[in-house]
Amino acid sequence: MTNKDIFLRGFFKENAVFALLLGMCPTLGVTSSATNGLGMGLATTFVLIMSNLVISLVSSFIPDKVKIPSFIVIIASFVTMVDLLMAGYVPALHEQLGVFIPLIVVNCVVLGRAEAFASKNKMVPSIIDGVSMGLGFAMALTMLGAIREFFGSGKMFGVTLFNETYGMLVFVLAPGAFIALGYLIAFINRVRKV
Amino acid sequence: MAGKKESTFINMVLVLFIVTLVASAALGGLYELTKEPIAAAKLAKKLKAIKEVVPEFDNNPSEEMYSVEMPTGDLLEFYPAKKGDELVGTAVKTFTTNGFSGYIWIMVGFKPDGTINNYSVLEHKETPGLGTKMEPWFKTTDPAKAKCSILGKNPGTANLTVSKDGGDIDAITAATISSRAFLDAVQTAYNEYNKQMEGGTK
Repeated sequence: MTNKDIFLRGFFKENAVFALLLGMCPTLGVTSSATNGLGMGLATTFVLIMSNLVISLVSSFIPDKVKIPSFIVIIASFVTMVDLLMAGYVPALHEQLGVFIPLIVVNCVVLGRAEAFASKNKMVPSIIDGVSMGLGFAMALTMLGAIREFFGSGKMFGVTLFNETYGMLVFVLAPGAFIALGYLIAFINRVRKV
Repeated sequence: MAGKKESTFINMVLVLFIVTLVASAALGGLYELTKEPIAAAKLAKKLKAIKEVVPEFDNNPSEEMYSVEMPTGDLLEFYPAKKGDELVGTAVKTFTTNGFSGYIWIMVGFKPDGTINNYSVLEHKETPGLGTKMEPWFKTTDPAKAKCSILGKNPGTANLTVSKDGGDIDAITAATISSRAFLDAVQTAYNEYNKQMEGGTK
């Protein structure tokens, strides 16, 4: 499999949200606006790249029976780093994403890629896999966030497009997340078939 | 894979030990590095909130901060704002546990006579689109909605409860619980502020 194949597979064909349906908790939880979705997606991308990189390097030294605990420690370290860096340098975004940043640790996309890909492959393909999976996740979250923000409050990336009074509140709340995600997956599946 | 370590007890202990050691060392280092920016960001946010809620001042309110412990064990923080030596207002960091979900933290500024100068919502977990409206709602300047605004009102003389409960303030549409909680936090701040002023401590 070439690097390009790995990238396309992670970004679109096996997109974490649209195809694998992994990481639903942050997907539904933080996407009340496009900015939040993008921020969460990029934070996850960073963790994915770094954990894939490190795990592809050290996995041959790790005995099988302690593989999962070791991976979790590595992933948790990178998540804590993201948490600290965001709290220090982008406090506004950090406040918005709140509890979902520490929860990247248990995002099954990250552990899933570590176990299924990085631990069996060399460094370069693992990084590419991390980049593509992460960007695919970020794209999905941004799309979902943009849809919910647009219908819910008439904004896009915080820019007002129409008066908020005409917004459908349900899209900002949890049920709207499920509805929007459902239609988005249906649409993506249709596109995939063409 | 070639060179794969066997899952013997000593191998497992050793590998886990090394992994956790490296991880904790890296995190400790980064914590030290980000400690200052995080503290600075928090302070900047607090100062911004104080500036927003009291009239212009030239002292450093964080340095003259004093606090009162509430029955829940949380602290009510008072930030006196002074111009020269004269007290121009006090920002009170107050809270309520009566919100729709969890704590609501508000910074509310009183003029020396006890009227509300302005407020700023610091932290809350209310429903987006409903309870979240409390930031603009209670400080509207629209004359048609004068009954919503708490600015310029004195909690000692005005009845700061929602009109549904017989008070003087119109609650946020469809968010009466959040509105009650918000006003409760303001009232708590005023009561403690009043005690402090009467006690003669400034």
